[in-house]
Amino acid sequence: MSAATHEADVVIIGGGLHGCSAAYHLAAKGLKPIVLEKNVVARHASSASAGGVRRLGRDPAEIPLAMASLELWHRMGDMLGATGDFRATGQVRVAETEADMAACAARVKLTRSLGYDFERLIDRNELRRLVPAVSPAGMGGIHVERDGYAFPFKATTAFRHKAEELGAVVREGTGVTGLDRRSDRWEVATNAGNFRAPVLVNAAGAWGGEMAAFLGDKVPIEPTALMMMVSERMPHFVDPTVGAISRKLSFKQMQSGTVVIGGGFKGLVDRITELTELNFQHLAQSARNAAAIFPIMKGARLIRCWAGIEGFTPDDLPVIGPSKAAPAAYHSFAFCGHGFQLGPIVGAITAELIVNGKTNLPIEPFRVDRFPAH
Amino acid sequence: MTETVDLAVIGAGPAGMAAATLAAEHGLDVVVYDDNAEPGGQIYRAVETVARDRAKDFAFLGESYRAGAELTRAFRASRARYEPGTTVWLVQKDRTIGISRDGKARMVAAKRILIATGALERPVPIPGWTLPGVMSVGAAQSVLKSAALAPKQPVVLAGKGPLLFLVAAQYVAAGVKIAAILETGARKWDALPHLWQAWSKTNYIGKGLELIRAIERAGVTVVRNAVSDLKAIGRERVEAVTFSADGSPGRIETALLLLHEGVISNVQLTMAIPVKHAWNATQRCWQPVLDARGNTDVDGIAVAGDSGGIAGAEAAAHMGRIAALDALRAFGRIDGPTFAAMIVVEEVAQKRLLAARPFLDALYPPPDTAAAIADDTIVCRCEEVTAGDIRKAVDLGCTGPNQTKSFTRAGMGPCQGRMCGLTVAEIIAAKLNRPMEEIGYYRIRPPIKPLTVGELAALE
Amino acid sequence: MFRRLHDNAATVTITIDGVTTKAAVGESVAAALLASGDPRCRQTPVSGAPRAPYCLMGVCFDCLMEIDGEASRQACMVTVREGMAVKRSPRPAPMTP
Repeated sequence: MSAATHEADVVIIGGGLHGCSAAYHLAAKGLKPIVLEKNVVARHASSASAGGVRRLGRDPAEIPLAMASLELWHRMGDMLGATGDFRATGQVRVAETEADMAACAARVKLTRSLGYDFERLIDRNELRRLVPAVSPAGMGGIHVERDGYAFPFKATTAFRHKAEELGAVVREGTGVTGLDRRSDRWEVATNAGNFRAPVLVNAAGAWGGEMAAFLGDKVPIEPTALMMMVSERMPHFVDPTVGAISRKLSFKQMQSGTVVIGGGFKGLVDRITELTELNFQHLAQSARNAAAIFPIMKGARLIRCWAGIEGFTPDDLPVIGPSKAAPAAYHSFAFCGHGFQLGPIVGAITAELIVNGKTNLPIEPFRVDRFPAH
Repeated sequence: MTETVDLAVIGAGPAGMAAATLAAEHGLDVVVYDDNAEPGGQIYRAVETVARDRAKDFAFLGESYRAGAELTRAFRASRARYEPGTTVWLVQKDRTIGISRDGKARMVAAKRILIATGALERPVPIPGWTLPGVMSVGAAQSVLKSAALAPKQPVVLAGKGPLLFLVAAQYVAAGVKIAAILETGARKWDALPHLWQAWSKTNYIGKGLELIRAIERAGVTVVRNAVSDLKAIGRERVEAVTFSADGSPGRIETALLLLHEGVISNVQLTMAIPVKHAWNATQRCWQPVLDARGNTDVDGIAVAGDSGGIAGAEAAAHMGRIAALDALRAFGRIDGPTFAAMIVVEEVAQKRLLAARPFLDALYPPPDTAAAIADDTIVCRCEEVTAGDIRKAVDLGCTGPNQTKSFTRAGMGPCQGRMCGLTVAEIIAAKLNRPMEEIGYYRIRPPIKPLTVGELAALE
Repeated sequence: MFRRLHDNAATVTITIDGVTTKAAVGESVAAALLASGDPRCRQTPVSGAPRAPYCLMGVCFDCLMEIDGEASRQACMVTVREGMAVKRSPRPAPMTP
């Protein structure tokens, strides 16, 4: 390959939502980032995601970031010139039993105690008003306004295009084979040439653990294939994105009328070939969950099922912030299946850390050295 | 307990029937899944019904069609279990098969799988091809065979390839009025060097010339001056077809326009597994990579017949038997000498039939006209995505069909990309000036036929 | 658009959008539709354009119809039965913009 070394201000490893978001925020601050993507932009979790833009039910550690990110989602059109098809149709979590209702009340009480009021307890009537097609078993639940969903591939591409417009470079088909720090510069070897920059960002998703290891940071990460399925176009019957308290379900009717069903059911993953295999026994459970909350779905035809490769950590939280083992290197990976909503803000945090050396948002819970040695 | 079977055959066309018959004859537990109501595939569609209820239709349907009756009879007489009306929606590398019949889905574990899902007609994206009254030539033939339906008013057939002339000849023999045959592209003189080989080893050419003579004797107008710019004109349904021939415009009023540009391998299932595929530049389609006995790169999964490469019905039956013999050998149901003696017979017959292929491929070269498809022509019928939409997505940085899919929804409708996959990839290839191998194809994901949420939910 | 070459075939009675129609025993719903004189089977979800069966071999999914109450069935893959109720599929109600 080319012997020339390409220079940049920041090398970002990974062309998913988080890599492209970091590229945009860095370019907006006047830096020249270069994104290295081993496959194509948004190949895995960033296009296979169900696209939920959700604060509802988030781990308290993620709430401050999610609050800030939501504001960016609402400003996406102004910021990027494209909205990623974000639609603020709300999120609802359905309770089916008294125990579910108690869990809802406890959750809302928890977020209130932390100083947030975005989650709202709803009763049976309010649930029916918001989600007329819900099963009679639905007793109430939690509703969050201003949350919604976006189209993952388009959102990622929106960040990518704006970043490129501002001077960022995106290289597809460029997989990192080695990292080295020489005279205050990162030397990044790839299958398609060498790259050099003073600062490095690891946004490699399910492959982020390997990149972290190159830097000397140890993160136990499990690549996982989260499965999703989508129906034919159906007549309009639901607006908010719907989940359930005691079922694994993520359910939304897209603008096209198709219904996307997820919920964290896992397939098989082959990280080398980057292919996934679906597990239809698990998808059958996913179908049962969808039909239990939405009886209208029983006759709906599923057109396609798929899975995206995503990295999971033992505590189900992402890794965000500076490397502990290496200088001038930052992590933004392993979002454990709920990183889509956080994409806009984590890119901004990474850019702040690089340019200002600090961020006002609390990222301590996501530090890279929080895992016990293994 | 999961249901198990020695050999699961998918598809009951000539390859599937021949394979199942032979394998069952030697004691294998064989099941044949077929999404049609009776065996025969497309080529021998409804041949049992015709033989039973309206044998006089063989007079216009022809002798090569009648030949399917014998294959079907042998298949019915065999011990192979036949499951008609059965959709295969999943095949996994571990040879788990997901099927659905009468609204009930279930899983079957097969020791070996033979995929014999045949061919599809190459999509013909012309302006107006989504109008009622525009159909494929294969569709018209399908109802001619299965329901004895024929065009009410004079019909126009447009395109090229052996099937187009076969159907025209069947119409002529059945007394159906043909307004015109519009032959797209010039017949290629490049085909001539292959003529002798084809002529001397097979009777395809003789049969083909006979058909064309019969059509001409009937006084049918055949426009063979490299017809181009085909358009189906109409608002709620087709009213006319316009075209240019030798540079001059033409127009024919018609209520039925039949299109055909040859056939391509049906790779939906093999792509979904996925087995390894390669681009066939001559036939301009993707095909699974197979060894001489039809084995794919996935252990225990083989392909026979047109779904492994277009070779026609007779060759498909031989290929089916070759794959069945390989399975019998693997199961130890026949000894080495028997295997060797039997397989050589099939291989010789197979080679003789394949001799005509280079001639036909060269005579009817598949169109490489993606660049010429007008921007406002629909290429994805399900989602009504135009060629221009695909080109715009390429301008936005899409480098392959999976990305244009995300951007435009082309390939995301109920047909799951069957009708647009090739066209979309060819448009991208033409626009980026890259070879098809680099552009690739849709990642086909199961279920490869739509499955209801209720069916999936009831799966154990 | 299509006519029957034989008029002596055994028939069943089906309804298409409530209109009683004779269909030949053993033929597909799509064939019966083509023989009925009005080949339209549905309106597309995207533009509401009328469609008719195109490939008749289960590939194009253009012939999706409601058959005996079950939506989106491929009319070319379903054999007619006495008393079968077939409905053309209207354009699904679009999402609110």
